[in-house]
Amino acid sequence: MGNDHFVRFENVDKSYDGKLLVVKGLNLDIEEGEFVTMLGPSGSGKTTCLMMLAGFETPTNGQIYLDNNIISDIPPHKRGIGMVFQNYALFPHMTVYENLAFPLRVRKIPKDEADKKVDKALSMVSLQGFEARMPMQLSGGQQQRVAVARSLVFDPKLVLMDEPLGALDKNLRESMQYEIKHIHESIGVTVVYVTHDQTEALTMSNRIAVFNDGKVQQLSRPDELYEKPVNSFVAEFIGENNTFAGEVTDVSGDKCKVKLNSGAEILANPIVAKSKGEKTTVSLRPERALINPQSAMDNNHKGKIEEVIYHGDHTRLRLNLLGNKQFILKVPNSSSNMDIKEGKEINIGWNSVDCRALDPK
Amino acid sequence: MSQEQILSSDGIPLEKSLKIAERKNKIKAVLLVAPLFFFILIVYVFPIGDMLFRSVDDRMITKMLPKTFNAMEDWDGKDLPEEKVYKGLYDDLTHLKKNKIHGKIIARLNYEKSGFSSLIKKTVRKLKKFEDGNYKEQFIKVHKRWGQNEYLVALKNTSPNWSYAKYLKGMDRKFDQDRNIIQVEEDRRIHKILWMRTLNVAFWVTIFCFVLAYPISHLLATLPMKYSNLLMICVLLPFWTSLLVRTSSWMVLLQQQGPINDLIVWIGLATDENRPELMYNVIGTFVAMTQILLPFMVLPLYSVMKTISPSLMRAGKSLGGSPFTSFIKIYFPLTVPGIGAGSLLVFILAIGYYITPALVGGASGSLISNTIAYHMKSSLDWAFASALGTMLLVGVLTIYWIYNKLVGIDNIKLG
Repeated sequence: MGNDHFVRFENVDKSYDGKLLVVKGLNLDIEEGEFVTMLGPSGSGKTTCLMMLAGFETPTNGQIYLDNNIISDIPPHKRGIGMVFQNYALFPHMTVYENLAFPLRVRKIPKDEADKKVDKALSMVSLQGFEARMPMQLSGGQQQRVAVARSLVFDPKLVLMDEPLGALDKNLRESMQYEIKHIHESIGVTVVYVTHDQTEALTMSNRIAVFNDGKVQQLSRPDELYEKPVNSFVAEFIGENNTFAGEVTDVSGDKCKVKLNSGAEILANPIVAKSKGEKTTVSLRPERALINPQSAMDNNHKGKIEEVIYHGDHTRLRLNLLGNKQFILKVPNSSSNMDIKEGKEINIGWNSVDCRALDPK
Repeated sequence: MSQEQILSSDGIPLEKSLKIAERKNKIKAVLLVAPLFFFILIVYVFPIGDMLFRSVDDRMITKMLPKTFNAMEDWDGKDLPEEKVYKGLYDDLTHLKKNKIHGKIIARLNYEKSGFSSLIKKTVRKLKKFEDGNYKEQFIKVHKRWGQNEYLVALKNTSPNWSYAKYLKGMDRKFDQDRNIIQVEEDRRIHKILWMRTLNVAFWVTIFCFVLAYPISHLLATLPMKYSNLLMICVLLPFWTSLLVRTSSWMVLLQQQGPINDLIVWIGLATDENRPELMYNVIGTFVAMTQILLPFMVLPLYSVMKTISPSLMRAGKSLGGSPFTSFIKIYFPLTVPGIGAGSLLVFILAIGYYITPALVGGASGSLISNTIAYHMKSSLDWAFASALGTMLLVGVLTIYWIYNKLVGIDNIKLG
């Protein structure tokens, strides 16, 4: 049985055609009140997982628990799970009020009570006064908010959101991220959120499950996911990442020596590659490497600036460093860095703890 | 306060220079549309206009008996007319006889009042024995009906150039002698039966088509592409076969010794001796017309269902609606434009359907269109055929109007 987790995936497999597993032996626990994001490239199985939880797909193998009950045999309309769809899925022939009242009407909630709930849900997304509008008369952002309100109006304990912000433009998307996050915080509902947008995932979630190839690669808090990726896929997928391919030549304590393909040796943090002779991909976040470091650092190397890209608040440098021609550096725009020019050689330094020796690609 | 005229940079008023700039495009557009315009004019507007015209045109008899009607103009119809009327009639009939076209007026006059046929034939035969003067007496001598006022009144009643008598006939009504509208004799009221049967068949064919097409269309709209294409071909296949061939194959299937009857006997629903009549009656018309008109219901339904996102039904279910509730409250209302378009299409096609009822309908399954064809081809009463056609057209326009009032024509989706 489920061990007091609100949602629990237990060894869930899913195949559509009997040949290919879309989801492979998935185990995932979600606590009550959490905001968990399933993040991954398209085809990684994240939406399938959500659909299984909602009841629109059945697991080929394994069990899904909701509140310690197996839900495989419960049809979607009896699961009491709210859902926000990618294209909003507002009923085009109903007004905003009717859309919101639909889940209440099918639950036979008396009209005056339903009106109160609709009003409350609309005020949550600041859309009071829009009751009589048709969905077509609303902007994309307003439709989105109606969809969110509709998924919450019948007080579900769990709300699923399937890339709900995908169709919005960038500014609106950002403000909606905060809005959804605040709603989550204020009413304490459990949210399972699917997206392929890592910024969205990092800003909104309590925990993020990174999906790839039908498996959860890493499930952890956003900061941990970014700072301490457990494998090269997560390191590559989340944020920007500089990599060096090489082989571990020596391990001592929390440091290891990695001989790169270019011949140079660097000190790294042994995470996955922990023993001598192992192939590894070393991952380093751009902002962890410093130009002309004042204090002593574990690694100090010279690199040539290949390209300077101006980004307003910061400048990105593409360097040729230790055989990696795609080495990216982020430099804050301040007066001390004015002499950065293409073709110039500069000193780069970083600590071994930020430089994680992961599985080889 | 006068508004200042806006000038373009070369000093010409802006409105004028806009017109000049757009003129070329307008001419191009007109030229492109012109062939279609003339096509519609020749193929639709003229024939329909001609039909409307024919249905009320009653000038033939006026042209053939000009002198008679001229002389009758100041006759009040109370007593027998004066001599000059008979004189005119004599002149007209002599002229008609000479040109051997008197047969034409016989049918028209006999329709106005039976008895005219023998009256005119006998009179024309004896015209050569007439002598100058005192025509009234001679006419009455030839046939006593010339001395009966009602025949002459009937003759006068045919004088107006325009008449809506054909429309009355289409509604089983006619003028009596005093120009009152009365119902025709009970045993001659066939058109009302035909109209009702036509409406009835069109209505039920529409219902059957809807019941059959709805699930098929849903399947078409939701199946994966490779299956739905195959199914679509099955739906469209009848379109690629001649209507005549399809109807004939129904005749093969439905006949008393046909496969369907064999099946009924084999299952045991009927004995071999009393095989049911499936053809040459309304059943045959229903079956064949439903099959033939089915695609016209499927296509609009399909095109509407195709646009309904599957996530709407999912949303309905995730919000707690059972599959049935979600269907009734969400899916079905969204398909109404398709249902409207399909039903209107099928109903209008069915109401004027000709070949199929003609072939499989028999006497009890023939519709108003068959009557129109009969009057076009056999009785040669084109005016009456035109009147029936016009009534059909008005009926269809009325249905369209009612539909527009109820559902709104903007809600129609044909594809």
